[in-house]
Amino acid sequence: MINCSSSFAHEHLLHRLHAIQQQYRHIPPHAMQQTASEFNVPLSQVAAVVAFYSFFSTQPRGRFDILFSNCTSCGYLTGERNLLQMFCQQLQVTPGKTRADGLVSIDETSCIGMCDQGASLLINGVPVTGLNAAKLTQIAQLIIDEIPLQQWPGAWFDIPDTIHRRDLLLTEHLIPGTALQRAFQYGVSETLAIIQQSGLRGRGGAGFDTGKKWQLCRAAPGKARYVVCNADEGEPGTFKDRLLLREYASALFEGMALCAFVIGAQKGFVYLRGEYRYLLPHLQTTLERRHDQGLLGNDILGQPGFDFDIDIVVGAGAYICGEESALIESLEGKPGIPRIRPPFPVTHGYLGQPTVVNNVETFIAAAHIAARGSAWFKTAGTPSSAGSKILSISGDCEKSGIYEYPFGVTVQQVLDDCGATDVQAVQTGGPAGTLLSPAEFGRAIAFDDAATGGSFLVFGQQRDLLAIHRNFAHFFAHESCGFCTPCRVGTQLLKNALNNIAEGRGAAADIDELQHLSRIVQHQSHCGLGHTAANHVLDGLRKFPQVFSLHLRPHFTARFDLDQALASARQITHRDDAGAHLDNER
Amino acid sequence: MTTGADTIRIDGEEIPFTPGQTIMDAALAAGIYIPHLCHYPGLPPSGNCRLCVVEIGNRSAAACITAAAAGQEIRNNTPELNEARQAITQMLFVEGNHICPSCEKTGNCKLQAMAYHLGMLDDHFPQFYQRRELDASHPDILLDRSRCILCDLCVRASRDVDQKNIFAIAGRGTNAHLIVNTPSGKLADSTMATTDLAANICPVGAILIKEKGYEVPIGQRIYDRQTIRETGLQEHVERKNDD
Repeated sequence: MINCSSSFAHEHLLHRLHAIQQQYRHIPPHAMQQTASEFNVPLSQVAAVVAFYSFFSTQPRGRFDILFSNCTSCGYLTGERNLLQMFCQQLQVTPGKTRADGLVSIDETSCIGMCDQGASLLINGVPVTGLNAAKLTQIAQLIIDEIPLQQWPGAWFDIPDTIHRRDLLLTEHLIPGTALQRAFQYGVSETLAIIQQSGLRGRGGAGFDTGKKWQLCRAAPGKARYVVCNADEGEPGTFKDRLLLREYASALFEGMALCAFVIGAQKGFVYLRGEYRYLLPHLQTTLERRHDQGLLGNDILGQPGFDFDIDIVVGAGAYICGEESALIESLEGKPGIPRIRPPFPVTHGYLGQPTVVNNVETFIAAAHIAARGSAWFKTAGTPSSAGSKILSISGDCEKSGIYEYPFGVTVQQVLDDCGATDVQAVQTGGPAGTLLSPAEFGRAIAFDDAATGGSFLVFGQQRDLLAIHRNFAHFFAHESCGFCTPCRVGTQLLKNALNNIAEGRGAAADIDELQHLSRIVQHQSHCGLGHTAANHVLDGLRKFPQVFSLHLRPHFTARFDLDQALASARQITHRDDAGAHLDNER
Repeated sequence: MTTGADTIRIDGEEIPFTPGQTIMDAALAAGIYIPHLCHYPGLPPSGNCRLCVVEIGNRSAAACITAAAAGQEIRNNTPELNEARQAITQMLFVEGNHICPSCEKTGNCKLQAMAYHLGMLDDHFPQFYQRRELDASHPDILLDRSRCILCDLCVRASRDVDQKNIFAIAGRGTNAHLIVNTPSGKLADSTMATTDLAANICPVGAILIKEKGYEVPIGQRIYDRQTIRETGLQEHVERKNDD
């Protein structure tokens, strides 16, 4: 069977469900029951997991299962056409519905991290990038002819790396073992001190002091400690971890082992987003190589009693699992619902034990710091934001790709380097981040200024910013975990409100309404997703008010479109003639 | 304005707490009402409804899941917070299909009582009109997901008190819905009984005991006699295994 998780000592629930999904193209009820009894968990837990993650389904998907990214950079809406719609017409498929003969299903999914590669899709979980009408026509024909993926042009599955600027971390590869050797020389306390002195802060976006986190974890009482790498890079517009996992995985694993040495952990996990499953064989090979080199396993590099191993757990399509406590829930085989915090993972994490969760880039930086010292790291950056930041740049610019800059670089400098001219706005930190207007392009990329976990989206003058807001609002409504009221309902209301305005059913009062709603979602929600989901709306209303007001109707108060409300009646009566419509003068 | 080593201050009133108590626990013990729907003293807190969000200094936190800590200056009964609470209550109304005039729970319903308490006069937000599955399979108990507010009380009651683990919440975003822990997904195939806490704790009309329609006439029901503030200060689950 297709089951790449069979090599794991203890199979993970998500991996089992993935294998079942591969086998049956869905998760049938009998398989859920069998899984529940084999894993000794309630059936309701398995059912809740299946319902939570986008890549599992209870209805059969097509033998060719296609998910178009709907991101503003690698999405199916290109300047000229709607590629999803075009492809659906070619294959006579309704989006979201498997074709009656079971051959193909087509749907959309949140950003798949291919933003520097043009419009992209996942076919049976594998990315195909650089889509255009011609390529999709070829793909449609291959599907009609039922040609297996293995026989498709191999070049279609290549994802070229596009590093345009290298700084501290990307210039030289870490020689495997050098960080650990140094750490053994210095001992735990001194190594921890070096990480603390470097000023390294979490690269995922929140910017928590890494040395402090490790120190808290080390000091927390527990039966065991865990090192977790957050490789659930889900923020639309971010793809730097994709590159790091491909080119710098060895340094990542070294950083994790270093952390294990400092905190006293024997077990680590990489939580890899399901969209990057195609990187799994490469990561496993790298792990095996490091085992062979004595850099993982027992008595690492001959250090008696220093045992550490890493498992890779692959997610299944849920942005919220990038939130560290949701990620841990997912690691434990549950839906990714953020926990009550405090207690924080650093004291009560995986299986309730002290756990360090760090970003891919953070672990790599830590490994370099151990090898080269904190002074080396501080040669780049600003006093409060030491070191470099790897940016994923995409959107309306000539050279999208990876750029590593010292912290403190201005937005304008970045725009100049990536060949972005005539820029209307920049979104840093993805939809959850900050929308910057040209007046702010002098701001610096830093934790205390224009912060970003890596996403840097450029929007040119020709872009309809309201469409961007609708895209972002749709994203949050789709990715809200549903746990708390303000986020579950509020993100949906925001999406509907923006749709209304864009479709010409908004009035001046709706602007106040957007403000009101945004503040409730921002202040009353349970976790970071809700706290940030309305940022783009509030930024937009403040910095680009005309984007919203242009679409408003004067003296128009009804949000309700009576003709549209009659659609279901028309459907029931099988009528769609002029007489079945209201006089549609608005 | 300093508070003692084991006191917190809510809207200026200094109250005691014991270590391990949440802000909600301490407030209720001191007779201070913080509006809540998903919390029920005696069950582990969840923090999902977000009505009990209060302000501590410059941050917001749900009182039911936030530990009381010496010296906290908490704002609770403020116009701004009550306005947000009203909006959240309205969100719950438009998300589900709430049929107050014909619902057996009317007058005993906490969502309805909360709306009155907060002075809610309309739904404000557009209705979602979601289609949600109804489960009438059980001979004695009706499960109508249209009226469910996803408060998770039945999940916790069944798991932690009844020790039956009959319910869970599945699905993301507005697709979140209550599921039954049986192969068929039907309540009839569960061991649920009308005496279970899970069958009686539902704050709304999502879980109803059948054949008990209007035994107490409208006008004499719980919230006809007292406000949700008063019931909220009295409620407590008696747990068999409480020691």
